[in-house]
This record gives sequence, structure tokens and C-alpha cells, in this order.
Amino acid sequence: MDSPSPQFALVDANNFYVSCERVFRPALASTPMVVLSNNDGCAVARSNEVKALGVKMGTPWFKMRELAAQHGILAFSSNYTLYGDMSNRLVAVLRQFAPEVEVYSIDESFLRIETVAHLYGGAGAMGQQIRARVGQWTGLPVCVGIGPTKTLAKLANHMAKKNPEFNGVCDLHALSRAERGRWMAGIEVGEVWGVGRRLEERLAALGIHTVLDLRNASPKWLRSHFGVVMERTCSELRGISCLALEEVVPAKQQIMASRSFGQPLEDIEALREAVAAYVSRAAEKLRAQASVCAAVHVFVMSNRFRPEEPQYSAGLTVPMAEACDDTRALTTAALRGLGAIFRPGIRYKKAGIMLTLLSPKAAMQRSLFDVAGAGARSAALMSVLDAVNRTFGRDVLRTGASGTEKRWAMRSENRSPRYTTRWDELPVAR
Amino acid sequence: MRSHAQHTSPVPTLSQAPEPLATDAPAAEIRLLSHRISAGFPSPASDYVEDGLDLNEYLVRNKPASFMFTVKGDSMTGASIEDGDKVVVDRSARAQHNDIVVAVVDGEYTIKRLYLRDGHVELRPENPAFEAITFGEGSELEVWGVVVGVVRRYPVAR
Repeated sequence: MDSPSPQFALVDANNFYVSCERVFRPALASTPMVVLSNNDGCAVARSNEVKALGVKMGTPWFKMRELAAQHGILAFSSNYTLYGDMSNRLVAVLRQFAPEVEVYSIDESFLRIETVAHLYGGAGAMGQQIRARVGQWTGLPVCVGIGPTKTLAKLANHMAKKNPEFNGVCDLHALSRAERGRWMAGIEVGEVWGVGRRLEERLAALGIHTVLDLRNASPKWLRSHFGVVMERTCSELRGISCLALEEVVPAKQQIMASRSFGQPLEDIEALREAVAAYVSRAAEKLRAQASVCAAVHVFVMSNRFRPEEPQYSAGLTVPMAEACDDTRALTTAALRGLGAIFRPGIRYKKAGIMLTLLSPKAAMQRSLFDVAGAGARSAALMSVLDAVNRTFGRDVLRTGASGTEKRWAMRSENRSPRYTTRWDELPVAR
Repeated sequence: MRSHAQHTSPVPTLSQAPEPLATDAPAAEIRLLSHRISAGFPSPASDYVEDGLDLNEYLVRNKPASFMFTVKGDSMTGASIEDGDKVVVDRSARAQHNDIVVAVVDGEYTIKRLYLRDGHVELRPENPAFEAITFGEGSELEVWGVVVGVVRRYPVAR
């Protein structure tokens, strides 16, 4: 029996962060609002009302203050705990619909649906059921785009989002060839997955302005001008599936943890606490992907937007005697590096660490100097550490070096309660 | 709908069957089917081993659709829901007459008993000191979810 040709659905939550906030604040259902990035910098999510006012993604909050006062725009600090939990719920619902799900980002997932769509009365009907169930169960509005390739599913999702006549679900299979061509002629090429604004300009210079132009371009010609990725995008737009579902995210080659400080830090003790906390977080991720790390890079920098202050930026990679995943050894290495690059008299704005030279733990080489049994004891301690922190909340157990004061914590002045993960922050019903 | 997918398999034991037993069965069933074979004296209790009681399993019918709320006020004391109690709210359950629900009224959450009879739609408190919220022509009731459980802790000073 021939296997049916691939069909992809891209399910994407509308204005995800804003929608998460609104699930728990029904009074704000039509209030213009934005969610700001770390340290309350830029708008990373905008409600439709704010988009209609012409506010672009990434606009710094200080630049829209006046507009905000004029139109009553509310600004929320990012509440990643809440968004992460809502994202998990969304994905749990999607997994009931299709056996193969690729979680592409916090608010977007690809589903392979060709073997299951008939159970729901076809792809379009399945899309509507996904939308209804996600809305009913989680309160999140989503749009669904369906097509024979991932690139087309993504395009269909864009169409569903921008055009109310699709009622939130656009199945490209349901459109005739001529209709698909008309839609493609009306969408800028920059909207195509993987093209982006920079390539959009180069394509425009060569006469390619719309999605249809790109689809109709010669793949060979595209390859010679832009490389194999653009050729593949063109094939995908023609309905030839080149990109498979990535159900298993490949293990990361490096793990980074860094943040800007809410207020500048000057003394090394505060920096040591921040760096130790970053190592803890990164080492947790390292163990979760069953890797070990052979070097720790640590870096610090001053605020380059304050040219009147002395500027300094430095980083150092500290090799480990033996690749490991032990928070204590990695913290020691990172703090040694910090000690070497620290200069007094600087107002530090940011610090971070990166675990590099990662390899699978299973393939790890034992060092000549490993004291008998120390490796096993470390593994036992680290698994207890991770289990306790998973069960009782982040950072219940941590190394002494990461401190308790957190002067370096991210600034988030208007973060909403963590409605779904903290007993003392639950929503209230009267 | 319930999912067993995230259930971890039981304590690794040697099974007498050559193949893994039913993989789609809930973990509890798998446990009943497995046996230990050990070299010494078998523990007389090993055939009766079960996981401890899990309150999540008892209270949560559908995890991705379940949310917890804190109750404020005395409007539901007649239903044994007190000020400060935590309630489990299931968004996947269809609200029916006589269910206790969390609804949105004037942009705020309220917990009341749903009354749906003879064309009347009301949110009724379980305390005579409070009045029912009625929904006439043109006003729509927005049920946020159905209350499927309540939990309370008592302070014990020891």
C-alpha cells in the first residue's frame, strides 16, 4: 500500500504571551496590552489592539510610553513560568490529535496529520476541532495552517491569522491551484519561513517580491544566487516536502545562561552569586540532555549604552580537568574564570556563562585522576539535586555560592502572578 | 479523555512473559501482571506492592484542562466550600444544571452553583446571605470551568 503523501499542520497560538495573561484576567479581553522582554525592555508580544495602533514587535517600552498613556495600553513584564506551563498544556492537547508532534517554539507546533485526518472528517475539520479543543481546555486562541510541506503549512497559518474568512483554519489542499496562486501573489516574500527581512531586500533587487514570485523562480538559479536553503524553500513552496518533522530536538552543542542585571553590579561577591546561579541552571539543562561538558566560558560586560561610564568587556574559557556534569565542579571553574577577568571600578550590566565542548555522558572518558567512586557519588548527588528542585520548585537546593539575596535578579516590575504553578498566586474566585 | 503516556513504567522486574506485556494498558494494570523472581526467599508482600495514593490522580481528571483557584468569601459555605479553600476547576467538562462552576461576571471570577431550568439561567450562592445572579435577555453567562474538587489544609501546631 502506498503511504499517503505528507500533510503538515502548524498550530500557532495568537499573541501567545498576551493570550496567557488574558486567560486569567478576563476583564482585559479587549484592553490594548503588551508583554515586555527581560528587564522590561521591549514589546515581545502585542494584543491585536496594539498592533492596530502600529506598534511594531520589539519596540522599546520607553518609546511607546506616550502612546500607551493616550490609549491606555497596559504593559506586563514577562512571566515565563506561566507561559511555559500554558505551553505544556497546549502541547499536551495537540499530542492527543496526532502521534507525531514537533514542538517548534513555545507557541508553535507542527503535526503530521495525513494518517489521522480522516478520523476527524478531513484536514480542515480536524483543524477546527484542534482550535475548539485547545480553546475550551486551555483558554488559548490558536490558528491552524495545513499544507503538504512545513513551509506551506506555515504560510497557511499566516493566511489563517490575517484573514478572518478562514475562521482560524486554512487548509491549502482545499484551495484550487488558481486560488493558491492568487493568495501567494498577495503576500510579501518576507513572510515565507526562513526568508526574513535581509534576504527579502536581496530578493527584491532581483525582482522577487511576492511568495508567488519565489515559487515560480528557477530552483537552479536560486541555488546559484542564495544557496541550497533557498532552493529548498522554493521546492517546499511548490509542494515538495524537504523538511521532515524533528520530533527529537538534537542535543545542544553549548548551553548558555546569561542575563542583564536589574541594576548594575560593582562588587565581585554579587557577580559571583549571579555566575553561580547561571551555572546551576545551565548544569541542570546539561544533565537533562545527558551530556557532560569539558570547558566553561564566563563573561562580564559593562553597559555600552552608558558611554560616560568606564567600559569593559571580557570573557575567559576555563577547561575542566575532566568532562563532567557536576554543578560544584562547574561552579568552581566558572568562579575561577570570573576571578581572573574581574576588574574593580566597573559597573557591570551583564554576566553569563556558557558550557562548551559538550559530549554525550555515555561516551565519557574516565580520568586517570578520578578518585575511586567519586564519579558515582557525584552522579547520585546531582540526581538528588535535580529531583528535589523539580519537585519542590527551582532553587530549593543549590550551591552555597549562588547566595540568597539575588540583587542581580531580572527587573520585572509588573509581572502577573504565576497562576498555575504557585499555591500563593492562584487566581481568586469569589 | 485521560492519558497514560507520561506514566512511568513500574519498578523494573523480571517478567515471566518473554515480551513486554500490554504497553497501552494503564500502569496500574501492568503492575498486577508482573511478578518478581528472586533467588532468595520472596517477600510475601511483593505481589501486593502498589504505589502510594496520589492526590493529583484523585482530584485531576484531565491535567492540561485543570486549574486551581483560591476561594474568597462565604457565598458557598452551604456547599462546604469555605473562604481560603482551593478548588480544582476543569475546563474540559461541559457545565450542566446543578454543577458548581467558576464563571466570569463583570470581568471577575465567581464561584456559584449553576441553575439551568425552565429557561432560567442563574448562578446561585449556597448561603442565604447572598443573592443569585440572574441572566436575562441579551446577557450571556460565561462559564470558565466546572469545579470538580476542593482541598483544604488545617493548621496543626506541633
